[in-house]
Amino acid sequence: MDQTVSPKSAPIRLPFDFYTLRLFGIALAIFIGFSLLLPDKFFTVRNMQSMAVQFPEFGLLAFAILITMLTGGIDLSIVGAANLSAIVAALILTRLTGPEGAGMPLVVVMPLSMLGALLTGSICGVFNGFLVSRIGITPILATLGTGAIYTGLSFVITGGPAITTTQLAFIGNGSILGLPIPVIVFILVTIAFVILLNRTVFGFNIYMLGTNPTAALFSGINSDSVLLRTYWLAGLIAGIAGIIFLARTNSAKPDFGASFILLTVLIAILGGVSYTGGFGTVSGLVLAVLSIQFLSTGLNMLMLEWFPSSAAIFFRQFAWGGLLLGVMVLNYYTEKRRSRQTGSRQSNE
Amino acid sequence: MKRLLRRNETLVAVTLVGLILIIGVNNPTFFTLGNVFTLLRTSIVTGIFAMGVLIVIISGGIDVSFTAIGVFALYSTVKLMLAYAPNAPIWVGFLIAAIIGLGLGLINAFFIARFKLPTLIVTLGTLSMFHGFLLFAIGNQIIRDVPPALTEFARAAVLQIPQARGTANLHPAVFLMVAVAIIVWLLLKYTMLGRGIYALGGAPEAAERAGFNVTRIQYFIYGFVGLMSGIAGMTFGSLARQANPQDIVGMELNVIAAVVLGGAYLTGGRGTVIGTLLGVILVVIANNSLILIGVPTVWQRVVIGVIILIGTGIPAIQERRAQKRSLGLAGG
Repeated sequence: MDQTVSPKSAPIRLPFDFYTLRLFGIALAIFIGFSLLLPDKFFTVRNMQSMAVQFPEFGLLAFAILITMLTGGIDLSIVGAANLSAIVAALILTRLTGPEGAGMPLVVVMPLSMLGALLTGSICGVFNGFLVSRIGITPILATLGTGAIYTGLSFVITGGPAITTTQLAFIGNGSILGLPIPVIVFILVTIAFVILLNRTVFGFNIYMLGTNPTAALFSGINSDSVLLRTYWLAGLIAGIAGIIFLARTNSAKPDFGASFILLTVLIAILGGVSYTGGFGTVSGLVLAVLSIQFLSTGLNMLMLEWFPSSAAIFFRQFAWGGLLLGVMVLNYYTEKRRSRQTGSRQSNE
Repeated sequence: MKRLLRRNETLVAVTLVGLILIIGVNNPTFFTLGNVFTLLRTSIVTGIFAMGVLIVIISGGIDVSFTAIGVFALYSTVKLMLAYAPNAPIWVGFLIAAIIGLGLGLINAFFIARFKLPTLIVTLGTLSMFHGFLLFAIGNQIIRDVPPALTEFARAAVLQIPQARGTANLHPAVFLMVAVAIIVWLLLKYTMLGRGIYALGGAPEAAERAGFNVTRIQYFIYGFVGLMSGIAGMTFGSLARQANPQDIVGMELNVIAAVVLGGAYLTGGRGTVIGTLLGVILVVIANNSLILIGVPTVWQRVVIGVIILIGTGIPAIQERRAQKRSLGLAGG
């Protein structure tokens, strides 16, 4: 993460394992800590269940940040795209079924609504990719702009209020073999990403592009096409997240999940993803997602116990920002120490 | 002439005139002095914020925390004034808010300059920290009984022109915005620091090698944005005659849209004060007056998003063309 001494050029594989191990320790420590502090609240079956249905919402979106960050960019429009996808799905559901709608059977409409959400997310993603790769707008400003457009379109469609429908509630509340369906979706996406990033040419190209765009260009990688597909994939994930939003809350709102951008960036940084691109693993990301969920629930319970006032809910907002900065400063020092160590080792040889 | 046409300012100015003509023809009240003064009054806060953000974007960074700094400064200042000096004149309020803003801006600067962290992620973090701290530790209720100095300031007018219905008042804070704009213009055009900000945006390494103290420039930039945000936040609260801890945050996109329209582009090294001021007016009209030509207010966000894409897309396309041309020359 140090900009002067690039860790990417060093042939050591140490940081990969180091980050993952450290993170595993952190996640475990947080979990045990809260279990000891709040044995009859945190360490209960009920809390495990409620945490399990909460994390897939932002956990899925963290994958969108992961791949865009791997290429050295970022996608700030994912929450807007996810809400727009949820609204499209909710519209299809409410307009085509029920007594006021077209009266079509739910078995047909349900897959249709999901397809609509995935398609919406894909279009949003491809548009981002087009702006970043073909027009050449920096990812931050391009996705800031499209994020406003996607959220804005959601407001235009709904006129402001939420669209409510309970037709997907069985996904949000249901479980298969004891596992909540949102968790299963999260696991499937995780597996897909492990394969994609480690076993495919596309995955290799993403890392390559993020590590050294010039080298990628000269090794014949079509960086425009890689970028386009990366942002498309981020949009597709936003579409999946949109379906989960709708299924979990039984409603589609234009301004749902306002804190998710900060949360997903925090997860990526905590998970060891490099913001300059080229570095980051799925295992790190998943451990960071779990850590954040434990922290979120645990902090909430602690604050309610210690400061039972209305202001307590705002403490988390403060804590997330502080944690993000803290982790980055910590990474700065570990990186510095490591580069000093490898530097002295090299001079000894 | 060709160069003039190519410039962002010209493009924004032409768009602005076109938009004004369309709105004015459809709705003659748009041209009344009362409406012009009201639009000016509405653009003050965005304008002051934009002058800070302009400097950041020229330097190749971005700040998304400035709205949180603004509301933090406003709310804390009003609370301080009510507790210790309820009858203090308005300039005391502005001074306190400016100091608070400067302090918070320097926190941003510390993380960015000391640890060389990316500006977006740092300010994303401090946005959440500052706003969270304000709501958690300072207060989360709207203060409606503001010190009398604020109420007086809200009613102030330097120019009162009687109209067919009521009077058109020109608010003195308009001059505050103009003064800030002139200071930033002088800073960018005539000082070494200003050169340094452009150089940093053009190529940070080259700027360092040319002898600019990048760390010091970054401290200045983010401190200055904080200062501007404190003043803008105080202006917002004074004009609204209340301190609402949930206000202002969310205005980021409007300000950033105005700045990128002014030709400031996130790869840095460009951007002008005049262009940004034109951008501010365009954004304010887009937000307040599009309804006069039948564009419903729910489209506001979409319009702002489109403005950002146009403002960043045109220079990006120009840059690509220039690159291709130079590559072609090198090859031939």
